[in-house]
Amino acid sequence: MKRKRVKFAFFLDLESAYKTLLRNKIRSFLTILGIIIGVGSVIATIGIGQGASKAIQASINSMGSNMLIILPGSSSLGGINSGFGVLPTLTLNDVYAIRKLSSVKTDTAILGMPQQVIWRGNNWSTLINGADSTFPIVRKWPVAKGTFFTPQQVSSAANVAVIGNTAATELFGLINPIGHIIIIHSVPFTVIGLLSVKGFNAFGQDQDDIVVIPITTMMEKIAGTTWVHAIAVSAKTQKDTVAAQSQITALLRQRHHIPVNKPNDFFVRNLTEIAQAANSSAATFTILLASIAAVSLLVGGIGIMNIMLVSVTERTKEIGIRMAIGAKKSDILKQFLIESAVLSLFGGLLGIGLGFGISSAISAFSPLKTVVTAEPIIISVVFSLCVGIFFGFYPAFKASRMNPVEALRYE
Amino acid sequence: MSNSYDINANMPLIRLENIGMIYKIGDISYEVLKGINLAIENGEFVSIMGASGSGKSTLMNILGCLDKPTSGSYFLEGKDVSGLTSDELAEIRNKKIGFVFQGFNLIQRLSILENVMLPLYYSGYHSKDSEEMALKALKLVDLSDKGNKFPNQISGGEQQRVAIARAIVNDAPIIMADEPTGNLDSVRGADVMNFFEKINSERGATIILVTHDKHVADYAKRLITVKDGIILSLETVKKI
Repeated sequence: MKRKRVKFAFFLDLESAYKTLLRNKIRSFLTILGIIIGVGSVIATIGIGQGASKAIQASINSMGSNMLIILPGSSSLGGINSGFGVLPTLTLNDVYAIRKLSSVKTDTAILGMPQQVIWRGNNWSTLINGADSTFPIVRKWPVAKGTFFTPQQVSSAANVAVIGNTAATELFGLINPIGHIIIIHSVPFTVIGLLSVKGFNAFGQDQDDIVVIPITTMMEKIAGTTWVHAIAVSAKTQKDTVAAQSQITALLRQRHHIPVNKPNDFFVRNLTEIAQAANSSAATFTILLASIAAVSLLVGGIGIMNIMLVSVTERTKEIGIRMAIGAKKSDILKQFLIESAVLSLFGGLLGIGLGFGISSAISAFSPLKTVVTAEPIIISVVFSLCVGIFFGFYPAFKASRMNPVEALRYE
Repeated sequence: MSNSYDINANMPLIRLENIGMIYKIGDISYEVLKGINLAIENGEFVSIMGASGSGKSTLMNILGCLDKPTSGSYFLEGKDVSGLTSDELAEIRNKKIGFVFQGFNLIQRLSILENVMLPLYYSGYHSKDSEEMALKALKLVDLSDKGNKFPNQISGGEQQRVAIARAIVNDAPIIMADEPTGNLDSVRGADVMNFFEKINSERGATIILVTHDKHVADYAKRLITVKDGIILSLETVKKI
């Protein structure tokens, strides 16, 4: 008689394990509940974390690309420190000097203040921002309709305005604002462009509630100052932001004639760094939550071990029969290991479903859009399989060490 | 039939030399077998008789390679198996010995066919081949049509016939039966015993029957009586 080694023995084992577990559906389900919840919560928390970090990324990106912000310094007078931005230290000439730096793509001065804007019978209080013609590049904020103002319009301090979507809606309703004259601080401005919709920033402010006019016009006709509130700088690449930070610091110290032993009269804030910090704190939170979830996976594994031990005891007789007809230790070990692996794998698969469910429920009922990627799914399935094999090993080992005579006698 | 063990022409199929078995429970040791010497030839039908506590079950466990003796040697097909590891014994049980127990000992979760296929699974047969062999074995015990049923769906007598099919499916040269009719009424018991006779005469399998029932023991051609751990008598049964 020809002997053939079983090719599909593993699948037979799988099938038999599957059948065994199906015979006790409720118990099998309760056994894997821990794994289901564990895998589900790992996937859901990582989905939430990745959604949060994507949201942070998006809101940082909406501020501008590779952006640095330069603010005037704080004053310290008689021991009282004021906040940022009160010293009139930044000028338009600083802006033009920074623009020549090798690491800097472009920059724009910003001088903002709230003002009442009037169009015919309507009026609306909004933020008036003086900016350079480079504003759309630095802030990554193109116009949706019309045009942005040109360098010539900036140098000639023209009375032109580009209006944000919210401000436009409040003043004009459904009317196309381009070409209309609005009054700001008793000065008439022609609306030449409508900014695209930007949405809310990370701090909940409506960025579209804005009117942008040339910085020169702002300084001369509205604010009446010779200094600017801030300079927004766009570095050439994300890596250049660090170089830009040091170059700008050196340049401004030189331009402001600051002696070596004196502090800066300005601050340079690297938004990319802030973004990265925010991102890494989101990542830390995700890891923390996922670890808590992973603990429940572990607890689920202990549940599997518990039930497998019960199952081994219950099936002592069967183990004896199998041994009597020729099962080796390794055959018995394999049988119970496969059973617990199948159990935990099922738990893992159902857990993926649960994780997806939780994630999409969160996406549906909260502003946070969760992102479920393949990685946490693969990791948690592999992990749950490992949990099943790890915690299934002891019961299986116990089964395999049984004495066939005693096992057969068991009733 | 493939055979990895050398058959020594001068050696009987089974030879026990001075087999002793001592169980230790705590500090007390029980000497269950006290120097058993026994030879069983290929193709014999022997029964081992004895009251409970006589040591006949222990003897059968040793003969069936389920247990190892404390002392003495056991030659199976000329090879000393008393010192083998539990996995080596498992392989011998799988290939050389078929078991039929009093309580049928079928696995309830498995169908009749799957129960009969199980020894083949452990010897590594392809599932298609083993299904064919199992069906053949079931046909031999007149249960070809019950393959898809489960043990709790058939009668006790039928269950014991399934156990016989499982014992012979691997063409094992030795069939060990431990009180095979103990759970059956006399009609079904006689039915089962007839199958043992058939296997012995038609297939030439060696049958070792352990029982305390004289009527059952009388089916054998040789009667071995065990008492207090020693063999009391070896007699040849005269068939009328």
